[in-house]
Amino acid sequence: MKKYISPSLRLTLVMIVLCAVVFPLLIAGIGKLAPGGGKGETIAVNGKVVGYEKIGQRFTEDKYFWGRPSAVDYNAAGSAGSNKGPSNPDYLKLVQERIDSFLVHNPAVKKKEIPSELVTASGSGLDPDISPAAAKIQIARIASVRNIDQRKLHTLVETHTDGPMLGLFGPSKVNVLKLNIALDTLK
Amino acid sequence: MNTEITGTILIVLLTLLLAYPLGRYMAKVFAGQKNWLDFMKPVEKLIFKIGGVNPDEGMNWKQFLKAMLTINLLWFVYAFFVLMFQDKLPLNPDGNPGQTPDLAFNTAISFLVNCNLQHYSGETGVTYFSQLFVITFLQFVSAATGLAALIALFNGLKEKTTQNLGNFWNYFVKSITRVLLPLCIVVAVLLVFSGTPASFDGKDSITTLQGDSVQVSRGPAAGMIAIKQLGTNGGGWFGANSSHPLENPTYFSNIVETISILVIPMALVFSLGFYINRRKLSTVIFAVMSVLFVLFCCINIYYETRGNPAIDKMGITQSIGSMEGKEIRTGSAATALWSVITTSTSNGSVNGMHDSLTPLSGGVVILDMMINALYGGIGVGLLNYFIFIIIAVFISGLMVGRTPEFMGHKVEAREVKIAALVTLLSAFLIKGFTAFAAYMVAHHPEIAWSVKPSAWLNNPGYHGFSEMLYEFTSSNANNGSGFEGLSDNNIFWNVTTGFVLILGRYLPIIGPVAIIGLLAKKKYIPESSGTLRTDSYTFGAMTLAVIIIINALSYFPALALGPIAEYLSLY
Repeated sequence: MKKYISPSLRLTLVMIVLCAVVFPLLIAGIGKLAPGGGKGETIAVNGKVVGYEKIGQRFTEDKYFWGRPSAVDYNAAGSAGSNKGPSNPDYLKLVQERIDSFLVHNPAVKKKEIPSELVTASGSGLDPDISPAAAKIQIARIASVRNIDQRKLHTLVETHTDGPMLGLFGPSKVNVLKLNIALDTLK
Repeated sequence: MNTEITGTILIVLLTLLLAYPLGRYMAKVFAGQKNWLDFMKPVEKLIFKIGGVNPDEGMNWKQFLKAMLTINLLWFVYAFFVLMFQDKLPLNPDGNPGQTPDLAFNTAISFLVNCNLQHYSGETGVTYFSQLFVITFLQFVSAATGLAALIALFNGLKEKTTQNLGNFWNYFVKSITRVLLPLCIVVAVLLVFSGTPASFDGKDSITTLQGDSVQVSRGPAAGMIAIKQLGTNGGGWFGANSSHPLENPTYFSNIVETISILVIPMALVFSLGFYINRRKLSTVIFAVMSVLFVLFCCINIYYETRGNPAIDKMGITQSIGSMEGKEIRTGSAATALWSVITTSTSNGSVNGMHDSLTPLSGGVVILDMMINALYGGIGVGLLNYFIFIIIAVFISGLMVGRTPEFMGHKVEAREVKIAALVTLLSAFLIKGFTAFAAYMVAHHPEIAWSVKPSAWLNNPGYHGFSEMLYEFTSSNANNGSGFEGLSDNNIFWNVTTGFVLILGRYLPIIGPVAIIGLLAKKKYIPESSGTLRTDSYTFGAMTLAVIIIINALSYFPALALGPIAEYLSLY
């Protein structure tokens, strides 16, 4: 065993330098060239940062499009999912409450039209997106609160919809923060 | 939904397309043949010089294992102390505390054995120093350890009769300089440009559009995420792992990360064929692994895109599938695919919460970790598969009434005993410890521990049992994913899983390396017409049958109590 201790120590030191110092510094350096300078892309309104493009935030007011339920209440310093199993009775009760609450705030919507992602919590608790269907289902509410023509909101959602990658792969989505920022500027 | 399915097909096809040339390349690297990263030679020479080792010195299987275990022991001591005293070390902009001894024990072992059973949350449980100097470092070197052990197996298979399994230090260093580091740089750059942070800035404070004050965790994450995937470790920078929007920002980054998990394990199957010059053998092995892998993918994609029947009953339409614990940008199909890939390869990173998978998908990922040899973790996947081969050789030998042989060497009692012990050990550890935990929950729920057993589970009934079964299965497979609802940061879980992790890592490495060391020493018997051909599809089917029978016998009762019972109660 003794024979192997010295090479073990020395190779460990070399690898610490290579993997834990050189490699991360190299990536941090290259990251400076990326959008956001490798610190995460922020979005500003009138020069004031209102959020990170990729990090979802809480929207509870009727005048905004809502994002998905979050198990950590959109705490971006403590991401987590609910970890509730599909058959858990407490969990199913919570989903039912979300459905009821959604229907109260959106009286024009029928239950079977609610997309499931608006009543289920995301994996990270920070999902920045909803599906186009989940945005459209909220148009009637926002139109009446803001007194805006529904057709204008339809166009707004459509211009903010990101289709599948290359039109072929993956889901369509709408970034809730960007959509709401655009909504605030709508006349 | 259709574009979600095409996305999953694209990921698997791209991986296959990359795995084949990568397999050939790795075979060249370890055989010492010319390859296009030869410009690294001076760097490697310097490393060997500093290390004071001669990379050309041969080692027998005992020397090889001694070198490997010595350096591993050293890493454990180092990691344990850094984690405990991380609050006194630099690079801690968020002011996170040191880890408790039992948590440091569990974390150090977990990453040492190339697992990511994280009983802490990345944002609050570790400092940037620990993330880089312990976690990232161990993600590289533990993967390199597995790869080196696999090359020892290759050497034993290649030579007719030999004691020499190659030089551990040589394979260890080249795994990093020629395979892991170059690939990690490519993947990390792709991630940074997708939006993953890489700078050393601490938390940011912002006021949201609606006026809430929020803190946003960040850090030099991109590099670690690259090696967590490529090194089949899986340990995430953030608590939510790759479901976190900074850890996996786009559909494109999700493709890159999914491929990164699978590509090296898949490529190593091809490397085997190139290295020992038996391409047919590796094709047969690849086919057997792929049959089960594709079957598992289909089951999970079907059930996850179909949605949760309990939510159907409430009158809600689940047109994009079961979305609890999943993210919109990845979608249910790509999350289902990832769940199978991450458990096949002993990776353990997640892009959606496994605790919230529908029952049969949850059962499939547990079973996948029980088998733990469908491509498998870096190096160790093929070592596990080798055990199944030895058992299949033995059983076929009995069936045709001849002394079993593998690659021109007689497989005798000693080798078969080792193989049987390694297989039985998994079943014993998983079921024994799950039974122990379930006993505590059922009979001593209020025992005076810091976290009482009654508070362990996040879900009642069958699913609660699955949470405990998952945790020990994941520890034994060195996978690291979890049904994360389980309250696992306490002495009971930190210590028990710590021991399961060690046994589940080192015995399945020591066993196969010892077997090949013993086999390769024996006299070579040339193949004749009476030899059982191990590179035939008949033998492949035999191995498949052995895998299915062993795992069904070992685990069906446990799976029936958890996921299968939950399935029957829901559908």
